[in-house]
Amino acid sequence: METMLRASEVSKRFVLHNQGGVELPVLTQASFSVNQGECLVLNGRSGSGKSTLLRALYGNYLVDSGRIEVQADGYWLDIASATPRAILQLRRNTIGWVSQFLRAIPRVSALDVVMQPLLDVGGDAKQAKRKAQQLLERLNVPSHLWALAPATFSGGEQQRVNIARGFVLDYPVLLLDEPTASLDSTNASAVVELIDQAKQRGAAVVGIFHDSQVREQVADRLYDLSTQDATVQG
Amino acid sequence: MTAMNSVISKSGPVQQKIHGQADRPLLVVDALSKLYAPGKGFSEVSFDLYPGEVLGIVGESGSGKSTLLQALSGRLKPDAGSVLYRGTVKGDQGDQMNDLYGMPESERRRLLRTEWGVVHQHPMDGLRPRVSAGGNIGERLMAKGLSHYGSIREQALRWLSDVEIDQGRVDDMPTTFSGGMQQRLQIARNLVTHPQLIFMDEPTGGLDVSVQARLLDLLRRLVNELNLSVIIVTHDLAVARLLADRLMVMKQSRVVESGLTDQVLDDPQHPYTQLLVSSVLQN
Ligand SMILES: Nc1ncnc2c1ncn2[C@@H]1O[C@H](COP(=O)(O)OP(=O)(O)OP(=O)(O)O)[C@@H](O)[C@H]1O
Ligand SMILES: Nc1ncnc2c1ncn2[C@@H]1O[C@H](COP(=O)(O)OP(=O)(O)OP(=O)(O)O)[C@@H](O)[C@H]1O
Ligand SMILES: [Mg+2]
Ligand SMILES: [Mg+2]
Repeated sequence: METMLRASEVSKRFVLHNQGGVELPVLTQASFSVNQGECLVLNGRSGSGKSTLLRALYGNYLVDSGRIEVQADGYWLDIASATPRAILQLRRNTIGWVSQFLRAIPRVSALDVVMQPLLDVGGDAKQAKRKAQQLLERLNVPSHLWALAPATFSGGEQQRVNIARGFVLDYPVLLLDEPTASLDSTNASAVVELIDQAKQRGAAVVGIFHDSQVREQVADRLYDLSTQDATVQG
Repeated sequence: MTAMNSVISKSGPVQQKIHGQADRPLLVVDALSKLYAPGKGFSEVSFDLYPGEVLGIVGESGSGKSTLLQALSGRLKPDAGSVLYRGTVKGDQGDQMNDLYGMPESERRRLLRTEWGVVHQHPMDGLRPRVSAGGNIGERLMAKGLSHYGSIREQALRWLSDVEIDQGRVDDMPTTFSGGMQQRLQIARNLVTHPQLIFMDEPTGGLDVSVQARLLDLLRRLVNELNLSVIIVTHDLAVARLLADRLMVMKQSRVVESGLTDQVLDDPQHPYTQLLVSSVLQN
């Protein structure tokens, strides 16, 4: 299968200027690639840099050196050196992101939150709505909540709104930071099913999963942040 | 390969946005400076702004944000540097870059009345106190050459309801409105002429939190629907996160950091930005 995402010798340290200039080296020459239809799981103890790496893949964190190349519209783009404009366009069309936490926007309904990525790429409003409803249903978000702003939802409900939003568009690349954390097993398996489907249509997935059962279900390969090398799963 | 699946029509607005005029900047700012005294004002500011893009300016009080906004919007002549604007200046078809401070003053004033908008922190600075709400909105249409009373009034009414002001208030003076209503009226007055570029200085500054949320939601929606380019000065990082695509951080008349909004806020590099971000309660 074709490679979609390639990280080469990515290094990153945090410098805490207002805390005595302490330097925290977090990533040291991280290198891996992810193919279409494949899920790479980032592994390692708490604080080993899994979320940092994933955020760097999304352009949310800068890196000090190395390349993060993604294939978009048939050409390769290096996220590590791309302009904000190019990154925003990648996020719109190519890279989907799901984290545990929803950043609720005041007065915007759950349904609109989920539909938005489709509308942003020029999708038809009616079809976008239908797709959003299907996903909310699959993730067991009660329909009486759909018209409400998620700010008052429970943590698990917000998380599932977030997941629906991340899967509403068929992104070629998906980045998932503990999407199943704090979900019950029914909802966790709904997420696993969504990930499997994404892989089947050819998405390249990079994820972090604390739950070892979920991890075993979705991972094709592991990338260990403690040793920083990739092993084939199972 | 893109995320274009069966749900998406290939000719959607974003496709046009990406391949049309959006490929070229609307505003090109190069080494712009204006100093009242050393460290007072702004110095060596450069950036491009593209159609549909929202640029946020945050930073220390007194760092020059408002002064910069004045110079960018043609209201304050800089000491050095240039602001190039791609617009319909004097007969050209909008594909040429025009030097803002190379054009006659009258031309700058025309831009401010038509293709541009300025939203002031204090709404009454941007409204006429002795003119009705409807008149305040209609005035900019007349500046654009519209003269048919019925159509002006009709558009004023539509804009009132777009900014969530009861149409029944159309003949009332803005001085009888609440602060939040005045601010929404100021926004309607600016947007009625479908400007391309809006400058905002602390638009939510003087409002209480619930009114702020409503205004922000309105701004976010309008920016998306009208594909506006916006330069917004704010001290509120949550406002910046919600509205801005990119951020510039200012301290003592200089831009110390700039980048994608969430990157600057989540992984700030400069000591001042780190301080700014860490002083805010997480939300
Ligand atoms: N924005 C930031 N500024 C400063 N330090 C940071 C920042 N983000 C992460 N770090 C530090 O980088 C290190 C790695 O954090 P990261 O969140 O990547 O770990 P993780 O592997 O995802 O851990 P967990 O499993 O607990 O989620 C930690 O020491 C963390 O404190
Ligand atoms: N017309 C003027 N004459 C002299 N000095 C001025 C003038 N206007 C502004 N200044 C000074 O320039 C500096 C920058 O002012 P400016 O209003 O741009 O700051 P700001 O970043 O908008 O601050 P705030 O966040 O407090 O609104 C300040 O020190 C101010 O006193
Ligand atoms: Mg983490
Ligand atoms: Mg100011």
